[in-house]
Formats: sequence, C-alpha cells, structure tokens
Amino acid sequence: MTEVRVRTRLTDSIQDPGTSAPMLAATAPTTAPRPIIDPPEQSVFGLSELSLWYGHKQAIADIGMKIPVNKVTALIGPSGCGKSTLLRCLNRMNDLITGVRITGSVRYRDQEIYAPHIDPVEVRRRIGMVFQKPNPFPKTIYDNVAFGARVNGYPGNMNELVEHSLRQAALWDEVKDDLKKSGLALSGGQQQRLCIARALAVEPDVILMDEPCSALDPIATLKIEDLLRDLVQQYTIVIVTHNMQQAARVSDYTAFMLMDEQGAGRLVEYGVTNEIFTNPRDRRTEDYITGRFG
Amino acid sequence: MTRTAFDRQLSEIQEDMLVMAGMVESAIERGIEALKERDVQLAHEIIADDLKINRKRYETEDKCLELIATQQPLAGDLRTIVSVLHITVDLERMGDHAEGIAKIALMLADEPPLKPYVDIPRMADVARGMLMDSLEAFKHRDTALAREVCNRDDEVDELYDKLYHELIGYMLKDPANIQRATYLIWVTHNLERIGDRVTNICERVVYLVEGHIQEMNVSKY
Repeated sequence: MTEVRVRTRLTDSIQDPGTSAPMLAATAPTTAPRPIIDPPEQSVFGLSELSLWYGHKQAIADIGMKIPVNKVTALIGPSGCGKSTLLRCLNRMNDLITGVRITGSVRYRDQEIYAPHIDPVEVRRRIGMVFQKPNPFPKTIYDNVAFGARVNGYPGNMNELVEHSLRQAALWDEVKDDLKKSGLALSGGQQQRLCIARALAVEPDVILMDEPCSALDPIATLKIEDLLRDLVQQYTIVIVTHNMQQAARVSDYTAFMLMDEQGAGRLVEYGVTNEIFTNPRDRRTEDYITGRFG
Repeated sequence: MTRTAFDRQLSEIQEDMLVMAGMVESAIERGIEALKERDVQLAHEIIADDLKINRKRYETEDKCLELIATQQPLAGDLRTIVSVLHITVDLERMGDHAEGIAKIALMLADEPPLKPYVDIPRMADVARGMLMDSLEAFKHRDTALAREVCNRDDEVDELYDKLYHELIGYMLKDPANIQRATYLIWVTHNLERIGDRVTNICERVVYLVEGHIQEMNVSKY
C-alpha cells in the first residue's frame, strides 16, 4: 500500500507546532468598530457624556448608553476599566466617596438622578445593589430581609413580604424553618441570596450587581445565575462581572469597557450578548474576550 | 498576554484539517487515474486510504471538542473551531465520494472503455482546484477567494449536465452501453457532490471572517 500523497501546496507554510509560532491567521480580522447602538427596547437608564473623577484622576470618560428594561445588561472589562464605578453611578453610590466629581447625565425613567432636588436615598431604594462579598447584617434571616422595609415604614404584612422576598431569591425552601437563625450562619451562596432577598424586599425597580458571584463556589454561582434569569422577568438587572462565561450565560446585552491612554474607562463596544461573544466588531473586544488582552 | 498553549492547539486543529484536505484531494486525483488507467491496485489503495481520512476526521473532532470543553473559546476562536468541525465533516464526505469513484473504477476495470475520458478528468480537475483554493481561502481568511471559488461550481454543474446527456445518448444508441454509462454517471455524480461540498467550505470561510452564515451558491442539482 502506498502512502497517501499530501500536496505541499496546502501544507507548505505549516511549521512544527511544537517549536514555532502559529502559522495560520490567528483569528478573523475585525472590520470597522461596531457603533454603540442602543438596545431597541424601552430603556430604564439613559446615560450621556458621563464622566467621573476621583480627585484629579478620571475614572470614566464620556459614557453614553441606554440600559433596557427587564433585561440583564453586563458590564465587562479588565480591572480598573471603570465598570464598577459606572455601575455605582447608576444609584449614586459614588456620592458617598469624598472627592468624587461627576459630569454628564444619568437619566432614570426620564428623571435626572443627579438633579439637586433628587433624594439619593430614594434613588437607592428604587435602584438596589448587591455587592461582591455577601454582607448580611449580624441579625436574624428574617430581620435582614425586613430591615429596609421597616426603615421605609412598610405598611403591609411583614411576614408575607419576608416570605415573598425569600421565595423570589430562591432561598425560602432552605431557610423557612430557620428564620430566627443569624444570617451570618448561612453558607456564602445562601448569604448572597439573602442579600438579594434583602434588596428585593424594598421593592426596587432595578438591581445593580457588582460581581455578585466572585466569592461563591461554582454551584452557588449557577444558582445565582438561574435566579437572575427568573428575576429579570420583573426587574432590570445590571451586572458587573469578571467572569466572561457568566456574562455570556446570563446577560441579554453586554458592554465592554477599556481604559484609554490616560487611564480613564471608556465604552468600547455595546450590543447583543450573543453578537459580542461570537462576533465582536472591535479588535480590542475580541482580544479581551478571547483572553489575549494586555 | 498570550495564550501560547491554546494558540498552538488552535493551529494544530487547522493543520490537521489541511492535511486531511490534502489526503482528500489526492484521493480524488488518484480515483480518476484509477478509472482512466483501469488500475485495480490503485483503486484498492484509495479504498483503504479512505479509512485514514475517516480516522483523521474523528481525531480532529476529538481535539475540537477538547478545546471547547477546556478552553471556553469565544469570538474568532470559537468560530475557528466550529468551522474546522464543519469542514472536516465535508472533507470526510468528499473522501467517500473519491472512494466511490475508486469502486466504480474496479467495476469498470474489466470492461472496454466506453469513450475516451476527457470531460470527466476535466470535471475532476475543476473540483480539485476548487477544493485547494477553498482551503487557501481558509488559510488566508480570504472571503473574496471563497466567493470566487463558489462561483466555479457552475462549471462543475455544466460539465455534469453535459456528461449526463452524452452518456444517456450512449445508452440510447446501444443498450449494451447502459451499464458502463450508468457507472460513469455515478462518477460524475460523485464529482458534482464534491463541488457542492467545496461551496460549504467557502461558506464557512465567510462565517469565520464575517461571523454570519451565508448560502453562497445553490447548486442546480
């Protein structure tokens, strides 16, 4: 039997993969940058020319985007690109940091949230937040969930509110017999769902999540991700995540941010998640999501 | 930051695919040679070699699945792997068509030739040229070449049409020709299918570069 002849024309540029750099064009060349097209759905937030400085250091520059209602929008990008800063602009959490200066506009349901007459506490009631590290209060599970509602003088049935919130956070079945137990006694994943229940109990419109799974194991992470897909039926969710697979799994829209030469975060590409992860238009997005950034 | 190991594995699956394409191209060429020369030994070799082509396909598929499972490829990387998976299936089927031609060469080996072989080798040359160029288009991410190759399938279809009518003519002229003419129609059918599968490769090149699937040349057959 003769050996199959292999035409060198096809293989002539192939080098030994063990000793050489890749010989084929690595990936598809990207075409012109994707214009930042806002989602077609009705939007909850409209940002324009939003910039923020910590003292003299500009953290984000000239952000313009719309965030659609009842969708999960993911903010991704390398450390220091300003994605958490941007998230915190959406409910005025940055007000709490001294030396912060903000210019531009953040409109929430057609109201400028940085207008002088707006009460930031009311902004944060409507736009709740869940943080990276679960941070339950050193109180019972019940009191953790009821806390915000009590502060706001909730007039309804508190037991029902606590149960409803815990059910929405997919935690009720695990804690219904232990409501008097300390929130701190729960596992990390349960604590994070308790924090989500606490955020839901004040009946917000939007939930901001700043790397909500980064302190959790993979199983707890998947539970939170499933929960997000349920919650988005009722709420608008904006999530910052370092985990690109997570952004790909849970979000409807993805915004990619990157530092410019001055170190300020800018929006590079924004679009339907499926498109961003299979066919990004901007070379910088492609490099980041394929792990070739830097 | 680079992903050296991943980049090497990505290159490896593309090399495997190109090597496989070389094996298929050779099988087509030798299949026609076996037919023309009534070379029984060569025909048997092609049939045996098809197992190597099949094995290469499954090896490449295993490597692609391993990359998907372990590296979570995205964007251009993901499109590259998906394209390799699809193209190796098309190549494997083209190998089967070449094997089909070799089997017909065996069936015709003891028969006197029905006619001098001119258009069948020409059809094979066009199909092989398309195959080679489609892989060049893949290597260089050249969508213009991919589209041009697709258009060449019309030439294959025209030759198929021409040969079909000619061979039917032989059958009508003398029923003794029917069996040999039918076998030769099978040969042309194999070549026509090879041309169609090359257009699938070209569509994958466009997908790889532009990120969308586009049906580029719907064959007449």
